[in-house]
Amino acid sequence: MNTPAFGISLEPRSRVEQGLLGRALRFLHLDGWLLVGIGGVLLISLLALYSAEGQLLTELLDQVARMLVAFGALLFMAQISPSWLRRGSPLIYALGIVLLVMVMATGDIGKGAQRWLDLGIRFQPSEIMKLGLPMTLCWLLHDRPLPPSFGVLLVVVVILVVPVGLIAEQPDLGTAILIVLSGAVVIFLAGLSWKYIAAVGALTGAAMPALWLVMHDYQRKRVLTLLDPESDPLGAGYHIIQSKIAIGSGGIFGKGWLNGTQGQLEFLPERHTDFIFAVIGEEFGLLGALALLLLYLLIVGRGLYIAAGAPDTFSRLLAGSLSVTFFFYVFVNTAMVMGMIPVVGVPLPLVSAGGTSMVTLMAGFGILMSIQTHRKLVAR
Amino acid sequence: MARTLRIKDHWREQQLFTGRLLVAILFVLGLTGLVVVRLVQLQVGKYEYYSVQSSGNRIRVEPVPPIRGLILDRNGKVLAENTPSYQLEMTPEQVPDMADTLTRLVASGILPEDDLPELKETVASRRAFDTVVVAERLTDEELAAFAVRRPQFPGLEIRARLGRSYPYGTAAAHLLGYVGGISAEDKKTLDPIEYAGTTHVGKISVERSFEARLHGTSGHEDVVVNVHGRKMQVLNRIQSLPGQDVILTIDMDAQLAANQGLEGKRGAAVAIDPRNGEVLAFVSTPAYDPNAISAGLSRRAYLALQEDLDQPMFNRALRGQYPPGSTIKPMVALAALHYGVATSERRVGCRGAFSLPGSSHRFRDWKPEGHGSVDLYNAIEQSCDVYFYTVARELGIDRMGSFLESFGLGSVTGIDIGGEKTGLVPSVAWKKKAFRRPGEQVWFPGETVIAGIGQGYMLVTPLQLAHATATIAAKGQRFQPTLFRGTRNAATGTIEYEAPRPLPPVPDQEPAQWDAIIEGMHGVLQGPRGTARAVGLNAPYQMAGKSGTAQVFTIGQKEKYNAKDVAERRRDHALFIAFAPLEAPRIAVAVVIENGESGSKVAAPIARAVMDAYLKNPS
Repeated sequence: MNTPAFGISLEPRSRVEQGLLGRALRFLHLDGWLLVGIGGVLLISLLALYSAEGQLLTELLDQVARMLVAFGALLFMAQISPSWLRRGSPLIYALGIVLLVMVMATGDIGKGAQRWLDLGIRFQPSEIMKLGLPMTLCWLLHDRPLPPSFGVLLVVVVILVVPVGLIAEQPDLGTAILIVLSGAVVIFLAGLSWKYIAAVGALTGAAMPALWLVMHDYQRKRVLTLLDPESDPLGAGYHIIQSKIAIGSGGIFGKGWLNGTQGQLEFLPERHTDFIFAVIGEEFGLLGALALLLLYLLIVGRGLYIAAGAPDTFSRLLAGSLSVTFFFYVFVNTAMVMGMIPVVGVPLPLVSAGGTSMVTLMAGFGILMSIQTHRKLVAR
Repeated sequence: MARTLRIKDHWREQQLFTGRLLVAILFVLGLTGLVVVRLVQLQVGKYEYYSVQSSGNRIRVEPVPPIRGLILDRNGKVLAENTPSYQLEMTPEQVPDMADTLTRLVASGILPEDDLPELKETVASRRAFDTVVVAERLTDEELAAFAVRRPQFPGLEIRARLGRSYPYGTAAAHLLGYVGGISAEDKKTLDPIEYAGTTHVGKISVERSFEARLHGTSGHEDVVVNVHGRKMQVLNRIQSLPGQDVILTIDMDAQLAANQGLEGKRGAAVAIDPRNGEVLAFVSTPAYDPNAISAGLSRRAYLALQEDLDQPMFNRALRGQYPPGSTIKPMVALAALHYGVATSERRVGCRGAFSLPGSSHRFRDWKPEGHGSVDLYNAIEQSCDVYFYTVARELGIDRMGSFLESFGLGSVTGIDIGGEKTGLVPSVAWKKKAFRRPGEQVWFPGETVIAGIGQGYMLVTPLQLAHATATIAAKGQRFQPTLFRGTRNAATGTIEYEAPRPLPPVPDQEPAQWDAIIEGMHGVLQGPRGTARAVGLNAPYQMAGKSGTAQVFTIGQKEKYNAKDVAERRRDHALFIAFAPLEAPRIAVAVVIENGESGSKVAAPIARAVMDAYLKNPS
């Protein structure tokens, strides 16, 4: 009973998959389309970072090293079959909670927030939750009838609230929001009744004033700044104004690689991390930005295709959740850089400098590839 | 019912999931669409707007200040020039600890402690990346002191800048004035674009009056700056045009001769070419050092100059007002001839004193035994007071006053530098206005009498006196005194001369009458009984002159009472006017020496020295 998703037949395999390359990919449990998308984005990342980091080769090599580590994580996750992943999910979640509690107790403080944990290597435990939380929800839902019952939903809420509360307390609003979204995607894909969705939507709207009250001053400022960036051109509004100037002045074709004045002359803050999309927009123009978006859509589309073809509930939900969440990262960052939503510290996935989030993302792609490549072995 | 629902229906769940996946895809595409729309809006719709914003961010227009014009004397000697000097500059944003750095600068002797508050103010008012001048014109010792400590002072740098310097120092100080940092007051009158890069502006005298010619035209540079304002690249440079060189009418030989004569004295000397009003020498002593002032005086040093009892900042030639004493006599004599009160033949008996009819008050002659019977020639030659008491009384104050005014007394001469005083020619009407109490408003006949010998209320400036002397030399022809001979274009060397500016001449005067008083003045220096014949001896040219000695009534208001100095400061002022050569005068001089006692002995030799220095050169 192989129901083709979207009318695309999964059989027979394409020629590539049957050739030498195809056999190598299959042996390594890798997915060609995803690799093409990821590789393209990483290439753009290296070009943009070289420009944004003052054309320092050493910084670039550091990033290449991080990419290799992240690829190692991808390769590793791709080898683990979905059934093993499913069984390991609650353990990963539990480990994540423990580490988050440790952060609260002992963690290092970076940029005014307590996010880092030093266990030989320095990392943010919240990153584990980006994968651990959706995996655990998928594990919870996989053998229960869907759409989930109210009782199950209550358990979902508890599983969600504990880590999100810990992360929001660090405070790391951006990550907390993204983890809530990843969980929301899981239960949405699991068929959460539209009634509940409407109710949650209404509740969220009603809770906004309360949220305003519990927000930190800098977070409120970001929201206010979004509404009127010119009100504080040298303070909080500066980031948005400068990044809009960078993108807007790039025009259709861009100022050319290494020629972006906003970036090269340091008008653009955080240009190698959260605001790297502005560097791309300035130097490569509309065409460059669209090319990057296209590569992202390729990755997300392939992820959703894998989800559609996944043989079991756990794999389906997880693949769908990982793909949609990845898209959220892209949207939140680009929308923030273009002044459509408040500044939340979310890097542009796979492009911004930094290792931790890339390792998580690549591990996620490893899971997607595992789901895709272990299908024959698991199914039926 | 809940039980039945617990059975998992895989086919239905997959259908449900596929539906949800489709919703997710629509969601993804929708949000992507929003991002694309926003990109197009920014990069296509508002591209022009953001391009301009981006250029405005990175391109800064920096002024290139022009080089100030030179000031030259009439023979091309350089009186003011621009010389490189070293100054210490600070970029506040590069200084890690401002308070500590300033403290250490003071401790190492580079920064005077007095300047600290002003410097702090300047630092606070500028942008962090703008350089601030910490100390100007560093001496070799200060340079060395900074050089060895350089590593301890990040953000500070030694820079060579063009500074104004005056090779003749004090000798031309009151003539040239000086330049100084642009003050808030200056900014009100200066063109903000032209002066955007200029640090110094002419503050007084020639440097101020000819500011527009000297300054030049500012250029500019379009530079690419980074977010900290640091220059990264020059895109375009429009050179500045140097200011014009200003050629003064001054003859430096005459100027130096006057300085030498006045050295150690409080006084002034002004020499004018009677043929065109050109000022040949313009000296006031004591003077300040314009090099020190242009370099920037410490507050303390400036106050010391201001409070000096000898008033070195006071331009006596332009603003000093003195009773003219007997130097007024040739003009009074001319007035007497003009109004028919005297003829060249009329004689007056002098027995050493004069009394008004019905009064016992005796107005003394300077020679107690009297001059005997004197005519106009004798009266001028020997400076007979009784003769002038007599004619003054017959002229009356108002006729005498209005005649003196036609020589330019009592009003500014209109010389090219500002701040000139008017002096005072008294009249009946003036006295009524000037005094408050009715008893004091009445003009007394005795006041007319002493006015005849230049005493009483009458006041002249050395410049006015020189101008009046030049007018006598030119027999009534008057020219506005000027320091401005012309300009020289620094780039092409083209010189443009300024035409003389004639003033209304002294009216209706017969040449014979001029000759009569000039003959008397000739006698002063070269006649057998002239008051200054010692000075006129052995001169290679013929000259005319008149000495004056003016009584000092009160100590000047601005001066402080100082017992030690009072005796000296109560002495009479010494004055002398002269012109030469007699036949075709080329120079007229007025010398005033405060408390100099004797016009003919103290002031006259200086006038002679100035004329010698000028006339030794032909033309």
